[in-house]
Amino acid sequence: MRTVRLAQPADFGAWRVRARALAAARVRPEDILWQVGGDDGDLFGAGADDSVEADAPARTLNVPRGFIDLAAQAICHSDPERFGLLYRLLLRLQDDPHLFRVATDPDVHRAEAMARAVRRDLHKMTAFVRFREVRDETGAEAFVAWFEPEHFIVERVASFFVKRFSSMRWSILTPSRSLHWDGATLHLAAGATRADAPDGDAIEVHWRTYYTNIFNPARLKIKAMKAEMPMKYWRNLPEAGLISPLIAGAPRRAREMIMNDPTPAPERHVRQTRRHPVQEPTPLDTLPRSLVEAAAAARDCARCGLCRHATQTVFGEGPLDAPVMFVGEQPGDHEDLAGRPFVGPAGRLFDRTLADAGIDRSRAYVTNAVKHFKFSLRGKRRIHQKPDAGEVQACRFWLGLERDFVKPRLIVSLGATALHALTGHAATLSSLRGRDLVLDDGARLIATVHPSYLLRLPDEATRVRESARFLADMKRILALAPVMRRADAAA
Amino acid sequence: MAQLGTIEKLAILSDAAKYDASCASSATTKRDSLGGKGIGSTTGSGICHSYAPDGRCISLLKILLTNFCSYDCVFCINRSSSNVRRARFSVEEVVDLTLNFYKRNYIEGLFLSSGIIRSPDYTMAEMVRVAESLRVDHGFRGYIHLKLIPSASPDLVARAGLFADRVSINVELPSEVSLKRFAPEKRAPEIGAAMGRLRLGIEESREARRTSRKAPSFAPAGQSTQMIVGADGASDAAILDRSAQLYGAFGLKRVYYSAFSPIPDSSRHLPLSEPPLMREHRLYQADWLTRFYGFEVEEILDAQSGDMLDLDIDPKLAWALRHRGRFPVDVNRADRETLLRVPGLGARSVKRILETRRFRRLRLEDVGRLARSLSTLRHFIVAEGWRPGAALDADRLRQRFAPRPQQLALL
Ligand code: SF4
Ligand code: SF4
Repeated sequence: MRTVRLAQPADFGAWRVRARALAAARVRPEDILWQVGGDDGDLFGAGADDSVEADAPARTLNVPRGFIDLAAQAICHSDPERFGLLYRLLLRLQDDPHLFRVATDPDVHRAEAMARAVRRDLHKMTAFVRFREVRDETGAEAFVAWFEPEHFIVERVASFFVKRFSSMRWSILTPSRSLHWDGATLHLAAGATRADAPDGDAIEVHWRTYYTNIFNPARLKIKAMKAEMPMKYWRNLPEAGLISPLIAGAPRRAREMIMNDPTPAPERHVRQTRRHPVQEPTPLDTLPRSLVEAAAAARDCARCGLCRHATQTVFGEGPLDAPVMFVGEQPGDHEDLAGRPFVGPAGRLFDRTLADAGIDRSRAYVTNAVKHFKFSLRGKRRIHQKPDAGEVQACRFWLGLERDFVKPRLIVSLGATALHALTGHAATLSSLRGRDLVLDDGARLIATVHPSYLLRLPDEATRVRESARFLADMKRILALAPVMRRADAAA
Repeated sequence: MAQLGTIEKLAILSDAAKYDASCASSATTKRDSLGGKGIGSTTGSGICHSYAPDGRCISLLKILLTNFCSYDCVFCINRSSSNVRRARFSVEEVVDLTLNFYKRNYIEGLFLSSGIIRSPDYTMAEMVRVAESLRVDHGFRGYIHLKLIPSASPDLVARAGLFADRVSINVELPSEVSLKRFAPEKRAPEIGAAMGRLRLGIEESREARRTSRKAPSFAPAGQSTQMIVGADGASDAAILDRSAQLYGAFGLKRVYYSAFSPIPDSSRHLPLSEPPLMREHRLYQADWLTRFYGFEVEEILDAQSGDMLDLDIDPKLAWALRHRGRFPVDVNRADRETLLRVPGLGARSVKRILETRRFRRLRLEDVGRLARSLSTLRHFIVAEGWRPGAALDADRLRQRFAPRPQQLALL
């Protein structure tokens, strides 16, 4: 039997050096007695391991990176068997390098459980340390906390507090070790006792007030609280003393909230309601008298089912005297979120093409045949769906109002849906594209594709050809309505 | 009215804030105050610094700037027709409280909400001032969650997003009809439009910051919302369907479900009973299944199940019992998607099963080491040397898993 003594209970570096030497010398795990510190005064034990004699030829050691991380955590556990367990794993890994991935192996399983307990203790320490303010000799602010971790985690947790409270001066005292941060350097010192820490702080009464009032007595869930805030931590939490009186008083408070009669509204409320009665959204029984009224009324439209799942009505945009009106199919995902037409990927392509053609978009009225986004939900993605004839028909009401108020001389339909919404019949886009068309109110109609069609084209050659055709259509529009020319565009 | 002290205000304004279930302090950018003059850090996963006896985590200082409110939302303790005591914090008071709590390690940061006073923009501007003062005057690097007012002007919202990690707007109720009924001043399309703009803002900023660290940030921890459960007649199917739409449309980090709870001086228009806590719990479980386990809402609640979740057993088990034919599943062969649907296997256990079985064939006791418990699980899996006994029929299985009915007390 060989006694191996480590100076600190959770010094992974020291364990690693020893373990490496022992393993290289093929010392069997069952022949090692791991001990911490010199507390038992066993002079013979101390240093006994310094003379590692080779039981067998030395060898080089290989361990996966993950094992080192795991061991560095597990070594902080308070279980005295941790050193031996990790050493055994180290040896077993030499014969079976995948062992570390086999979470069902009893040794691996136990080491992982230790590491998990350590991580949890670490996390709980970051949560439950409570600083109390003190004044140092110069009268400056400093903070001291007393905490009792379950495992040897003080050094590992230090960086959290340093990063968070770097500009403060603080100390965290625990039974085994203490941390002192002076604003620039971290000092590790010996353990302390509760009496070394301050026993109160003026702010704690605020904290307890908060704790008392954020609690809802109508929903007691004591087990859930204890699962996350185990009672072993309570003795150092300034709020924990409130727990049992709050629980005791909860049923009565909950009952009172249910039983007490409602009170009459206060005078302030009555006055206010008289002054500002709740405004009902504009009802649709009268026809809107302006484009602004139409847009406002459309916000609450429920003429078809599309309003149910879409975010909002996306009404047309542009000057009231626009000579040209562009009509697309429906808002897409982006338009639905932004509440404006043609601002998504297809909208950007539309903008670029207009610019290339020399057209000023801000002079045009831009809208859609259908004003709500139609989609089907797949997981978290909303997939565009074509509106059906009934939806297009229902929404023609709004398109009609837009045409009435804007009275454009030229209307451009982008895609088949818009074409059908404007003409009311089902002639194909290809048969009408490039032709001179006139709508029933005398406005000219130009039929072209929707820019999203160009985005969907799979092969490069077709895309180049179709984009050119689309651009040519836009140039034709400019020829028919020269007032649309961009100020900076060459004539 | 007599001047209230800070402690009295704190009591009133935290009491007023507790009905908002959101508590997260996670998912934001990693920050610390090393070498700087500021204070604070964020860790990524957030920390719950305490728990109240209602089982809820206390992570942030969750308070209202004021509980004066000109709106009259029936379910709300702060509605203008209530006789609850009123208070208003100054911007400085909130900033001081936050810093004082933070320095003592009570909290991760601040979750600030407010009743609407004077105007939406006035209120929003006051809240933004708190966040701005914390960030700019005090170099605060902790977590800030701001509740936004849907009708606040876009530049105030942009400033809110610049200082806050998380922003949220509550949809409040599962349907537009209930919203009209219970929150007459709030408008569903306005809430939706505001949440839509938030999504775009969050994504644009994320995109811009990928190319330049200097681009202004906008709510790096995203947005969330809350729905009250049990105040109106909405079914679980309607609620989950609404959530699916909300996740899809707005890329929400979370939808919080808040069991409608009795409030002091409550309105006569609402059910006065204990909050449906188990229902709330089941909704969270179902929500989880749609987000991390590949379930669609229509699978969790289908024609056979009806439109309410089973309160006795969890929704995954309920689904499995309706689909006995798909079980048992062989843990040594099944793919990830199939394993995720096994009752009793969490995402972490599935990951470990997949990893371990590359090197070992799994026996039942091996699975026991990788999962939390075998009691339910064993009936649904095949492992090396293990087959569940003669097919238990769904009814007997359900009885086995459902909690025993409580003995009726005799008078
Ligand atoms: S799509 Fe058109 S008709 Fe249908 S609800 Fe929306 S605005 Fe009304
Ligand atoms: S707006 Fe409605 S929900 Fe918000 S505080 Fe006022 S009454 Fe309550």
